[in-house]
Amino acid sequence: MANMNLYSRGDKVFTIANMVLIGLFTVSTLYPFIYIASLSFSSGFEARAGNVILTPVQVTLEAYQYVLSNPQFWISYKNTFIYTIAGTLMSLVIIIPGAYALSRPQLVGRRFWNLMVAFTMWFNAGLIPFFLNMRDLGLLDSYFGIIIGFAVNGFNIILLRNFFESVPQSFEEAARMDGANEFQVLWKVYVPLSKPALATIALFCIVSRWNGFFWAMVLLQDDSKIPLQVFLRQTIATLSDDQEFGATLFDASYSFETVSAAIIVCSIIPVLIVYPFMQKYFEKGILLGGVKE
Amino acid sequence: MVNETDPAIGATETLVVEAKEAVRHRAPSRVQRVGDHVKREWQLYLMLLPTVIWLLVFLYKPMYGLQVAFKDYSIFRGVAGSPWIGFEHFETLFGNDQFLRALKNTVIMSFYTLLFGFPMPIILALMFNEVLNATFRKTAQTIVYLPHFISSVIIAGIVITAFSPSAGIVNTVMGWFGIDPIYFLTKPEWFRPIFVGTGIWQESGFQSIVYLAAIAGVSPTLYESAVIDGASRWQMMWKITIPSIMSTIIIMLIIRIGNILEVSFEMIILLYQPATYETADVVNTFIYRQGIQAGQYDFAAAAGLFNAVVAFVLVMAANTLSKRYSRTSLW
Repeated sequence: MANMNLYSRGDKVFTIANMVLIGLFTVSTLYPFIYIASLSFSSGFEARAGNVILTPVQVTLEAYQYVLSNPQFWISYKNTFIYTIAGTLMSLVIIIPGAYALSRPQLVGRRFWNLMVAFTMWFNAGLIPFFLNMRDLGLLDSYFGIIIGFAVNGFNIILLRNFFESVPQSFEEAARMDGANEFQVLWKVYVPLSKPALATIALFCIVSRWNGFFWAMVLLQDDSKIPLQVFLRQTIATLSDDQEFGATLFDASYSFETVSAAIIVCSIIPVLIVYPFMQKYFEKGILLGGVKE
Repeated sequence: MVNETDPAIGATETLVVEAKEAVRHRAPSRVQRVGDHVKREWQLYLMLLPTVIWLLVFLYKPMYGLQVAFKDYSIFRGVAGSPWIGFEHFETLFGNDQFLRALKNTVIMSFYTLLFGFPMPIILALMFNEVLNATFRKTAQTIVYLPHFISSVIIAGIVITAFSPSAGIVNTVMGWFGIDPIYFLTKPEWFRPIFVGTGIWQESGFQSIVYLAAIAGVSPTLYESAVIDGASRWQMMWKITIPSIMSTIIIMLIIRIGNILEVSFEMIILLYQPATYETADVVNTFIYRQGIQAGQYDFAAAAGLFNAVVAFVLVMAANTLSKRYSRTSLW
């Protein structure tokens, strides 16, 4: 923008104060995670005594042993992977062709179909009718219910439709000349050109699947089908109840705090691994949705 | 049987003949044009089909199911078979202290979230914009966006642990100053600050992206001429950056006001307990307890319908407003 030495002393103070404030905000964002990680590696006794502030005290892996030796933890972890992968694929399989069709000018009733999608973003029947519908469809307590029941959302369709619309017609002309049908045009022209938009939508799907809790809790009763988030919730709720009633289930080597922290760390790790790859896309993706009609 | 259908067939035949005649003499009828079009473009409709079926089955069918709000619903009779009872549930609803309390709490919590949470991402974006060191900026952004991607169960778990009375860091620090431990999550007066604060902590960073994009769109020549005029960075922020992103700020504000009935009830379910219902219970948590947990589906659906209709009106009003303001609708 401009040469550094053009800045006055006031500007320097401003710049430094600004950096300090951002630094503080960043640290306050990061600190809870560090605190939890440290708790998870500390002994139950020290955690109970409130001695864990920043780094682990009396380092031990007991809390992790307790968590990792629970078969339910592994069952839930596996389920979360199933819901995330199958759910995301299901979303893409439905949304990609749907958004493509909606983006085609020759589609008869295009306004109507688009309105049909957009209306679901404005009006929602709510929890009870959705729940009764899932029950009537026989999708309670079922893997398939979770995978299909949350596959589509209006926002993602419109985001992708907008992206498809922004692709210049000239790109598909060569394919049309070669006699490609709609499926081939979509697959060979639009999908490769839309990688950033598709990556964004896939990431939104993956994150919402990985983190999905409420409906999994409501729709799934069978412990063999619950995802990690529900297991995490159950564990934290049971442990904190025990604590409330003063029951000492735990010896000094691990406690409610360290065990909760250990599960939190285990379920956060995959998010942290994918996060750097995601960042590239979501900053652009969130803006794609903003450009509407 | 044959005789009965004969006239119909005859009539159809006549129509077909007439239609064929019409084709010969006039432009094809609308029906025919659509027919030809579908024959040619059937692939497009096949592509649209899964989306349409999904919307009908999972979103529009529940809208039909909303009629239970006006019915004495029983599981055995089903949605369609249950008898109508008119507005009885709505009358009960508006005489129900718990519902009215939930409605009040919803608005209060949304209002606090708006009041304290709305300026935060704007301030953050302005601050990020003033950072000259690219590495510092990138690192800070990476960190503050992160909580948005962490599940509410984990965030709630962190809150529960950090505010735990026996060992939580908050009470530990308070202990240094000689303050007695407080069991925060059982105290109604603490629920809203904790909930709103958690929301701001989790979402501010991510929400700043929209404003950063708006700032990136400001023409550099404005700053260049301001520098020549000897403006300080502080002045440029107030005189150039903020006015330039004002339309984004107003649109975001309108959207937020339109969504005032939407509080992240998932987080509330994870954090509240009977001791804090007084300040914590919102419409959706009320619906969840009355409907899904207690099985009063019809009554809870009535609460949901009321919520949905008010929300719809608010969102539509917000959309109209922003359309008038920016001449580009949100949808």
